[in-house]
Amino acid sequence: MPNILEVQDLVKKYDEFTAVKGISFDIKEGEIFSLLGPNGAGKTTSISMLSTLYTPTSGDATIGGYSISKDPMAVKQVIGVVPQEIALYEDLAARENLIFWGQMYGLSGKVLTNRVDEVLEQIGLVDKAKNKVKTYSGGMKRRVNIGVGLLHKPRLLFMDEPTVGIDPQSRRAILDTVKDLNQQGMTVLYTTHYMEEAAELSNRVGIIDHGELIALGTQDELTKQVGHTDTLILHIGENEDSGALEDSLRGLEYVLEVTAIDHEVSVITPQAEDILAAVVSTANERGIKIRSIDIREPNLEAVFLQLTGRALRD
Amino acid sequence: MKKLLLIGIKDLKLMFRDRAALTFMLLAPFLLTIAMGFVTGRFSGGSTGFSDIPVVIVNLDNQDLGNALEDLFNSEELSDLMEPSASTDPEAARQLIDSDQISAAIVIPEGFTESIIPSEGTVFGPDYAQPEAVQIEVYTNPSSPTSAGIVKAVVDEFISRVEEGRTSGMTSFLQLMQSGLIDPQNIEAEASNSFQNIEQTESNSISLTKNIEGADAVEFDLLSYFAPGMALMFLMYTVSYGGRSILDERAGGTLPRLMVSPTQTVQVLGGKVLGIFFTGVAQVGILILASTVFFQVHWGDALGLIVLILAAVFGATGWGMLITAFARTPAQVSSTGSAVMLIFSIMGGSFISLEQFPPFLQTIGKITPNAWGLDGFTTLALGGTLSNVMEPIIALLIMGGVLFGIAVLLFNHNGLVQQ
Repeated sequence: MPNILEVQDLVKKYDEFTAVKGISFDIKEGEIFSLLGPNGAGKTTSISMLSTLYTPTSGDATIGGYSISKDPMAVKQVIGVVPQEIALYEDLAARENLIFWGQMYGLSGKVLTNRVDEVLEQIGLVDKAKNKVKTYSGGMKRRVNIGVGLLHKPRLLFMDEPTVGIDPQSRRAILDTVKDLNQQGMTVLYTTHYMEEAAELSNRVGIIDHGELIALGTQDELTKQVGHTDTLILHIGENEDSGALEDSLRGLEYVLEVTAIDHEVSVITPQAEDILAAVVSTANERGIKIRSIDIREPNLEAVFLQLTGRALRD
Repeated sequence: MKKLLLIGIKDLKLMFRDRAALTFMLLAPFLLTIAMGFVTGRFSGGSTGFSDIPVVIVNLDNQDLGNALEDLFNSEELSDLMEPSASTDPEAARQLIDSDQISAAIVIPEGFTESIIPSEGTVFGPDYAQPEAVQIEVYTNPSSPTSAGIVKAVVDEFISRVEEGRTSGMTSFLQLMQSGLIDPQNIEAEASNSFQNIEQTESNSISLTKNIEGADAVEFDLLSYFAPGMALMFLMYTVSYGGRSILDERAGGTLPRLMVSPTQTVQVLGGKVLGIFFTGVAQVGILILASTVFFQVHWGDALGLIVLILAAVFGATGWGMLITAFARTPAQVSSTGSAVMLIFSIMGGSFISLEQFPPFLQTIGKITPNAWGLDGFTTLALGGTLSNVMEPIIALLIMGGVLFGIAVLLFNHNGLVQQ
């Protein structure tokens, strides 16, 4: 498949601060590509440059063959954007919002009416289309927010953390919608800090941190980078000292990396079963009560952890 | 252009769905107008709010019509409104205007009566020549536009009545002559006699010195001043509210979303401006309609009124855009906008006529759309037409244009969204 997007050494600076440090990647037509990284990694800035909202400090990208710097209006016709925040008019009904945004994408008359009806069907809000958006739940607003990005059937859809702050049911619905859209032929650039979403949706993943693309490939390719390692997740009590446990576990044999976040301590090891007894024993010696233990196969979280020494949620 | 309109209409729709804004935009100025009406006695048959307008009459004519005009200004009916004094020196009267001591000077030139009522024995004489038109001159004080406007309206009404009386009188005598009821030999004497007795006559055709109508014609409804004053004051609120919506949309994400749609920046900004403009026009239009329906406020010439409203809203929208261009957050626009609204209302004469202010404050007040707008609305209410309000209209258009220019430069410099 040809590339629909090619990014070449894209940089964005704000005075002394560099938000995006020369990232390069491409996306093939029909792919779901995820940019995975913690908050502040540069995902939104990257998408803002690619969607022509921000001007790159240097570098360029082509979308559908059009340069984002030289031909932004042509780029805007190819892309659809689902921003991270709910970018809707709360005092307008869902249908009114969709009509207005459809008009902004040049739709009119019967074509517009039909597309609005189709999108309302797609996002499951036909019955509540006449209600003002401000009366909707967070999940419903998210669905309308996505619907706006689909109105003009873009070839490439940018989705910037579309599941932030919503309930599990709405999240599930959104992930299914992304898969459906992709099956219909739409290419998707999806940003998230949820490893599970990137893992479930993506053909390829780019891991971004501090404005740099630190890893790029399919999930298999990325997990192979960390070797055959498992991750032990220790869930400890609310009043326990996770930092103390983290320090103690670092000294154990076969422990590659340890991170503590809130009441979870993650241990990366090539032999999970072999060190399990030692881990429990160390916790007991420190008087720390372990409530449960998960053993996870190599995943994107482990990749990020190994590449950065930090968890995605840090 | 289509997208520009769509964005403007969307903003108008959103504004009219915001109950709090509607209350402030429409109900508040309406209630304040009523309050001002009560305070000033408009609803209890009180005065017009204008009194003892200082005017100097230079009567060089000293004949019937000149004296009639002088008497009119000294009449009982105008005694509260006018404070006339007599002079024989036009130059001295002009100097009184220059030194801001009077609102207007009326110079009735020598031969004024003669130019309208020829002397007996001259009209049908072999050497009769139509006398040259002699016009009454009214010198007005630019720093007292409303008072001067009232004086001018009285004089205009007087001249209009004189002209009306002369035309109908001449027509009547010609008809009488053609029908044989008056001997052509006696017509001049009859006509002259009629004019001589005009003070006593009740004849409708030549009742030119029953000129109390002149006073009636310039009855100035105080609400014609306060209604536009309040409308202009709250127009400033509306334009800053509209300007704030640009920053609200920026913070809420809809502005960036517009910017990533295939819509030009100029269309987005133009559409937002159009939305503010539409809202302002709707607001002022509704207030004018309401005050006409509920209080029978006379707004004057419809064409002049429409053009003036459009110009006033354009000028005010320029200020709204400038405030927005300088602000960084919606809250800054709100606080600055409220302050500007109040300051401009005071400086522009929405509460107290600018004529009460010292000249330098009157000059400073001209930076506000309130001052120009009120000048125009008052002129129209006093019987002016579009041609009489061209000066405020042009001033408001220039004001709007210049402020837009500065705002666009600032937006270009700072970026409509973060760059």
